[in-house]
Amino acid sequence: MSTTTSVFTKPLSAVRRVDWRQNVIYIGFVAAFLLFAITLGNDGFTTPNNLLNIVRQTASISVMAVAMTYVIATAEIDLSIGSVAGLSSVVAAIAISHFGTVVGILAGLGVGLVIGAVNGGLVSLLKVPSFLVTLGMLGLVVGVARWITDSAPIPIADPFFNALFGGGDIGIIPGLLIWALVFVAVGALVMNKTKFGRQVLATGGNQTAAQFTGINTSRIKFTVLVLSGLAASVAGMLYAGRLQSGRFQWGTGDELSVIAAVILGGTSLFGGRGRVVGSLFGALFIGLVNNGLILAGLDVSQQQIIRGAIIIAAVALSKKK
Amino acid sequence: MTGAATADVTGAATGTTVSAEQVVEMSGISKAFSGIVVLKNVDFSLVKGEVHALAGENGAGKSTLMKILQGVYTADSGEIRVDGIPVKITDTFAARAAGIGMVFQEFSLISTLTVAQNVFLTAEPIERGFLISDRVARERTAAIFADMGVEVDPAAPLANLSTAYWQLTEIAKALAQNAKVLIMDEPTASLAKHEAEALFELIGRLKARGISIIYISHRMDEIYRIADRITVLRDGAHVLTSALSSITPAEIVEGIVGRKIDGQLEWRERAASAGRVPVLEATGLTSGARVRDVSFTLCEGEIIGLAGLMGSGRTELVRALFGIDALSSGSVKIGGKPVTIRSTKQAMARGLALIPEDRRSQGLVLEHSVRDNLMLPLLDRTTSGGFLNAQKIVSLAQTLISKFSIKVSNPTMAVGKLSGGNQQKVVIAKWLGTEPKVLMMDEPTAGVDIGTKSEILDMVRAIADDGKGVLFISSELPELLAVSDRILVLRNGEVVKNMVRSEIPNEEYLQLAIQGA
Repeated sequence: MSTTTSVFTKPLSAVRRVDWRQNVIYIGFVAAFLLFAITLGNDGFTTPNNLLNIVRQTASISVMAVAMTYVIATAEIDLSIGSVAGLSSVVAAIAISHFGTVVGILAGLGVGLVIGAVNGGLVSLLKVPSFLVTLGMLGLVVGVARWITDSAPIPIADPFFNALFGGGDIGIIPGLLIWALVFVAVGALVMNKTKFGRQVLATGGNQTAAQFTGINTSRIKFTVLVLSGLAASVAGMLYAGRLQSGRFQWGTGDELSVIAAVILGGTSLFGGRGRVVGSLFGALFIGLVNNGLILAGLDVSQQQIIRGAIIIAAVALSKKK
Repeated sequence: MTGAATADVTGAATGTTVSAEQVVEMSGISKAFSGIVVLKNVDFSLVKGEVHALAGENGAGKSTLMKILQGVYTADSGEIRVDGIPVKITDTFAARAAGIGMVFQEFSLISTLTVAQNVFLTAEPIERGFLISDRVARERTAAIFADMGVEVDPAAPLANLSTAYWQLTEIAKALAQNAKVLIMDEPTASLAKHEAEALFELIGRLKARGISIIYISHRMDEIYRIADRITVLRDGAHVLTSALSSITPAEIVEGIVGRKIDGQLEWRERAASAGRVPVLEATGLTSGARVRDVSFTLCEGEIIGLAGLMGSGRTELVRALFGIDALSSGSVKIGGKPVTIRSTKQAMARGLALIPEDRRSQGLVLEHSVRDNLMLPLLDRTTSGGFLNAQKIVSLAQTLISKFSIKVSNPTMAVGKLSGGNQQKVVIAKWLGTEPKVLMMDEPTAGVDIGTKSEILDMVRAIADDGKGVLFISSELPELLAVSDRILVLRNGEVVKNMVRSEIPNEEYLQLAIQGA
């Protein structure tokens, strides 16, 4: 070996630097938890029941955040998830009352599949920006959900569905927590340990380079948007099961919480980095803050202000410099 | 395919007799894009273990020919043989299967992944059925780098590494796919001198392993240094193929430009010599870690060349002067008057202009028309009553286009469609339109063919003749020596030498000053 080889040697400390931004969510989560535990301990914040409630309330957000991690990692966005959740809840409710549980669940999933495929097709085949496609879809889907229900809630009187998608506990563990954990576990495994996950990161990291390497980036984008639609329909049914009804409002505005959770979790809004476990903690952090603010006596409008500020802070922190 | 007739491959198609084993043979390649012919019946061959330089002006068809070899484009007619066997390269997969690897000029790497993850992207080692193993990928990557004789940490995120490492990763990626042929497009364009040296040694080792390299470059010294043969293309046609031992640089240049160019890269006395009136005086400039206590005086009509390695602080110095990076100390006088510059807007108002390093990302809005790009810094001067005045815009743009002989059929054409050299002329024209007192140019000839290069250097001389002060950054020393009245050498952000042109006897002397030897 020649002497010039030293030119290409770099001290490890320089290249193995840990970017604290990617882990800020865990610090933030612990800090927020301790803050509320100390200041709101007497208001019941730390009771097991309250903590499990936080988990139940954020299960839908967590499920959608797992899929949104993939969408954002490919440098796309899906704004339609909240309204897809609402439409899935009403379609599932209607189908259950006419055709039973199984058809109801399939119908609910079908909503997410179809809308996800339309989003994905428009983005990957017609190259329409996902921001515009899914923004349009957001309004369109809410309209459909209101139209087919006359804006009225559809009760679900199916104990099995309600137990499976919401109310049920296994021991003291809420079923909703299990849903969220299964999604996160599968999502994290696929992202970090499979070819598909690696191709998602490559597509978002540098689309041209990914294409030159032989990755079908259109298919990747299509697939992640379909997955996002499916996850949104599962989330919609989790709302429906927990609240024992389908209603177009379920999920309204969730896209903002989900995107905030994903960005807080360390996924780059500019693509190429996806952290599924981080997204779970992002969702829990938002749930924690909402819960704490309620216990602290703030009203809905004040909660909205604080949540908006957190989203801005999250995006500012995710910027490269 | 019918052909098993592989025995009588002689390389006669290229006009050279080569007894060695032909790895790639492209014959009669033609290609047209929407009716415009970019390749006409081109022949090209590559022998096992050779470095074959491919030269030509921008737009001569080099990259199209290489993209056909890689399967990015498909030829309209012609035949490609790999190891003597005719192949149809219809996409990048087919090219890779045939053993063709590309080291891209604009890299094909994902900055958010690690080195090993990039090397094995889409070819990840699999364990337990479907799980990819980053550990195995890291081990194999380390082995490839060891074979290459370089040390790179396979687990390092690419985003933390410099360009030289990106290139090594590209090469490792091609080798991981068992490439027999590497295509390197301007590989030293963004390397410092010592990194380029290391690359040349690596190329030597790859050659010894029987890997063939197609080497695209504008730099004659490099071509003579490492290539065995050269093929020159001009206007989409094959001009010559020759062993480098039997061709002179002048013959190559003549082949590239189609005419003789005499002394374009030699120092020439200008019509007006540098004046004595200072236009820009910098004292003790410090900005960040890369600009430290820099002082100099630039006079009217003077060209100061800024020399130094990558990262020596040349770019950072002009950025600080132009108000992009903040100065932590030091003072600037323009025309004898002390000024503070905190924004690019202030810098322009004080009579400064900066032509940035990367024209595509920093200097032009590629989708916008030539005219709109030219007018961007001049919008204040083309309004009447708050609205843009179409007549003023049309006539001002036309003046600039003819003054700087920008080759464009229609000023409303998107600037992205022009050749690299013409794009650079648009950038220069755009900033000169603001009539600055001081023009700062950062690598204005990077990636520009030799014909346009000499035109740009003539423009620089003309700008100085016009009484303007010029700060000229270039990594190509012949160029610096051709136009500079004075050369400042920067190292680690400090000015280590301030030399009048006549004090510099030759290129080697300047090179030594830069290297700090």
